[in-house]
Amino acid sequence: MGPRLKLFLPLILFTLLAMTLFRGLSLDPTELPSALIDRPLPAFTLPVLGDESQVSQADLQGQVSLLNVWATWCVSCRVEHPYLKQLADQGIPIFGLNYKDDDAQALLWIKQLGNPYRITIADREGTLGLDLGVYGAPETYLLDANGVVRYRHVGVVDEKVWRGTLEPLYRELVEGAGAQ
Amino acid sequence: MNLLRTLLGGVLLLLLSGQVLALIETYDFSNPELEARYQQLSEELRCPKCQNQNIADSNAPIAQDLRKLLHQQLEQGASDDQILDYMVARYGEFVRYRPRFGGAAALLWLAPVLLFMAALGVLLVTLRSRARRSGAGSATLGADEKARLQSLLDRAEQDS
Repeated sequence: MGPRLKLFLPLILFTLLAMTLFRGLSLDPTELPSALIDRPLPAFTLPVLGDESQVSQADLQGQVSLLNVWATWCVSCRVEHPYLKQLADQGIPIFGLNYKDDDAQALLWIKQLGNPYRITIADREGTLGLDLGVYGAPETYLLDANGVVRYRHVGVVDEKVWRGTLEPLYRELVEGAGAQ
Repeated sequence: MNLLRTLLGGVLLLLLSGQVLALIETYDFSNPELEARYQQLSEELRCPKCQNQNIADSNAPIAQDLRKLLHQQLEQGASDDQILDYMVARYGEFVRYRPRFGGAAALLWLAPVLLFMAALGVLLVTLRSRARRSGAGSATLGADEKARLQSLLDRAEQDS
């Protein structure tokens, strides 16, 4: 390196540092990738909310779907609930995982706010939540038709998240499944 | 009236102390070796919700669940590796404060060595270039240069 170029070294270093730090501003360190990406949904047999019947991982297969982790104690779940209903009305299959909750309260919630879920799994002890690596409701998992986890979103699903992230992935999976 | 107030105060105190006790749950271990491993592992596992705390320090519900699970698994006779594998399979390598070597973590493990070598390299280059520069344009003379100067001066003296 010539002596003239050496003079620019501090500027180059500064630019690199500034770029790295600027990138850091738009990263969310609380958003963790799921350890289950591209792996099948953990096996489970749990009761259906408000019902005596049991549901297992096989019942969620057969179509690309969303698995939404929610609870009545979760404030953000109340925020995202209307949008989930909107998605369900558009025909997006959504399954609910009622996480560490009281059945009676959960049923009341569904009765009062409406039910976007095809099936709601009652995970009273949080065992499935643990196997999924849930660390805070709401979380939404994108499952393909074979029940393989393709994506996880932590936090509220709203218009922006759906249009920007989930919908493109969802469409891709639906088309991929149709082509096979 | 005063008695009533004292009584009320006492009841309030009791209620509050119950809450404090509820926050610090204790587990009974069948032997002290398990308890030591529980301490060590709960300090080594990171709380996924509150990222800068281990599960021993955190009071987030998820940390409580993980502590309970840790206790269960230790009592069932799981090894440290089995427990860590179980946690990593669910929460990712993130959950460990000492991630396994490999992948992106390899960079983390190697960074101190790499940085030290880079610093050493810079130091060597700087020292060598400084030595070269001082060798060429030094103000002090080496032994043979002094001898040569002396002989020149001697000759000049003889000539005059």
